[in-house]
Amino acid sequence: MLTRTASGIRSSEITDEGLYLRRREFMLAAAVPALAAAAGFSRAVTLDAAQAAPGQIPNVRKSAYTVNEERNTYGDITSYNNFYEFGTDKADPARNAKNFRVKPWTVKIDGLVNNPADYQLEDVIKPHALEERVYRLRCVEAWSMVVPWVGFPLGDLLKRVEPSPQAKFVEFTTLADRNQMPGLRSAILNWPYVEGLRLDEAMHPLTILAVGLYGRELPNQNGAPLRLVVPWKYGFKSIKSIVRIRLVDKQPTTAWVAYGPQEYGFYSNVNPQVDHPRWSQGSERRIGEFFKRKTLMFNGYADQVAGLYAGMDLRKNY
Amino acid sequence: MVRTAKRFVFVASLGPLAYLGWGAWARALGANPIETITRETGVWTLRFLLLTLAVTPLRRWTGWNDAIRFRRMLGLFAFFYGSLHLTTYVWLDQFFDGAAIIKDIYKRPFITAGATAYTLMLPLALTSTAGMIRRLGGKRWRRLHRLAYGSAVVGVVHYWWLVKADIRPPRNYAVILGGLLAIRLLAAWQKRRPAPTAAGGRS
Repeated sequence: MLTRTASGIRSSEITDEGLYLRRREFMLAAAVPALAAAAGFSRAVTLDAAQAAPGQIPNVRKSAYTVNEERNTYGDITSYNNFYEFGTDKADPARNAKNFRVKPWTVKIDGLVNNPADYQLEDVIKPHALEERVYRLRCVEAWSMVVPWVGFPLGDLLKRVEPSPQAKFVEFTTLADRNQMPGLRSAILNWPYVEGLRLDEAMHPLTILAVGLYGRELPNQNGAPLRLVVPWKYGFKSIKSIVRIRLVDKQPTTAWVAYGPQEYGFYSNVNPQVDHPRWSQGSERRIGEFFKRKTLMFNGYADQVAGLYAGMDLRKNY
Repeated sequence: MVRTAKRFVFVASLGPLAYLGWGAWARALGANPIETITRETGVWTLRFLLLTLAVTPLRRWTGWNDAIRFRRMLGLFAFFYGSLHLTTYVWLDQFFDGAAIIKDIYKRPFITAGATAYTLMLPLALTSTAGMIRRLGGKRWRRLHRLAYGSAVVGVVHYWWLVKADIRPPRNYAVILGGLLAIRLLAAWQKRRPAPTAAGGRS
C-alpha cells in the first residue's frame, strides 16, 4: 500500500520560482514593516531553547518518511502547544509541564491482546529501532508545522503484544494526574483524554509512537515520554503522554467526540472539503509563514492512506 | 486636573498597541504572531467597551461627575482597537481574500457576531463629535448610543463562540457585562417609580 520511494513532495507543492522570488514584493507592498516583521518572524527564532533541552537520543536513523519542506524551529514546536492537561493557552504547557515527572513511566497494554501487561517505558521502546520521521502536523485550528519526530511504528509494538482476532480498534489514554496537571482542575474535557484508531490505521507504517523531537528526548509539553503521531489526521488525534493502550472491538468514544459530536468525529482525517463549524479547513497557516497555504487531502499523505477509506463517505465519517 | 488625567488615560490606552508594536519588532509575540495580534486587539476592544459602560455607574456611585469626561475617549479606544482587530483579520489573516471573508461571515457564527458587533460601533464613532451631538439632539443621540449595549453583548457572544472548549475567559467578560447592564436595568426601574421631583438630564 505504501510506496517507500515517494519523498512526500509533489510538483504541485513547489511554488513557482518566479512567484517565490517576488514574494517579498507582495509583503513590502502590502504590509506595514512592523506587522510584516511580526508575521514573518518565527523562522528567525534561534535555537536558544535547545540549550536547556533534554538529552540527545543515540542511534536514530534517518527515514524515508521525510517531507521535503522547511522544518519549524525547535523553539516554535516547544512553545506553541495544545496540551489542555497543562492549560488551554498555547504557552501554558511549556510553563506548566516543566516539572512533570516522566520517569519512571508505565504503559498498560491490555484488552484484546495475547500479551497484556504493565510495561515499563524502557521495555516498550527498547526492542525497536528509533528513526527520524519528518511529518507535517495539521491542527484542526487551521495552523500547521513540520516536525522532525523520533519514534518507531506503532504497528511493530502491536505485533509484539499480539492483538487477538476480535480486536478492531485501539484506544489510547493520557495520564490524568491532578497533582501534576493543573489543567485537570477545570472540567473542560472529560478527563482522562482518550483517543482511538481503527486497527488498520494503527498498523499503518506512517503511524508512529514518538519519544523524541529534533533528535532529543521529547519535551514534556510535547507529550513526553511517549506520544502518538498520526500525520494524516488533525493534531488532537496524536495523543500525548500515553499511559494505556487498549485493544477493543468497539469504536472508542474519544475525548473530543464526547465534548462535541457535532464538531468532532472519530476519524478526523485532514480534509479540506469538510469544514469545521469554527474553522474553514480549506487552508492553513504554516507557523512561521505569512501567507496561508492550501490544505492537502489527508494532509498530503493521500497516496499512502487514501486506500484505508475506500468506499467510505468522508463527509459522514469526518 | 481632568485634562492632565485625560492625557494620562490617553497615553495609557495606547499601551496595548505599544506592546504589540514592540513585540512585533522584538519578535516576542510567540510562534503565531498573527494570532496573538488578533487576540490582543479583540480582547482590548472588549475591555474598552466594558470600561466605557462602567463610566456611568461609577459616576452615580461616587458622585464624581467628571468621570463622564472620559467616556467618549474610552469608547473611541474601543472603536480603535476594534478597527485594528478587523484590519488584522482582513489583512494579516485573510489577506484581503474577499470571497473567503464573505464565506466566513456567512458560515461561521462567531465571525457573523464579530462583524455585527463592529458594525454596531460604527455609528457611535461617527456621531461622537460635539457637532454631531448638537445636530442629533441629546435625546436622539442618547438613544442611538444605546447601541453600545448591543455591541458589547454581541462582542462577548463573538468571543464565546470562537473558543474551542475553555469558556472561562469569555464567561468572565459576560459576567462583568451582565453586571453593568443589570445596574442600568435597576436604575431604569427605579426611575419609573413615581419620584417626588423629576430631575431630568441624567442618562
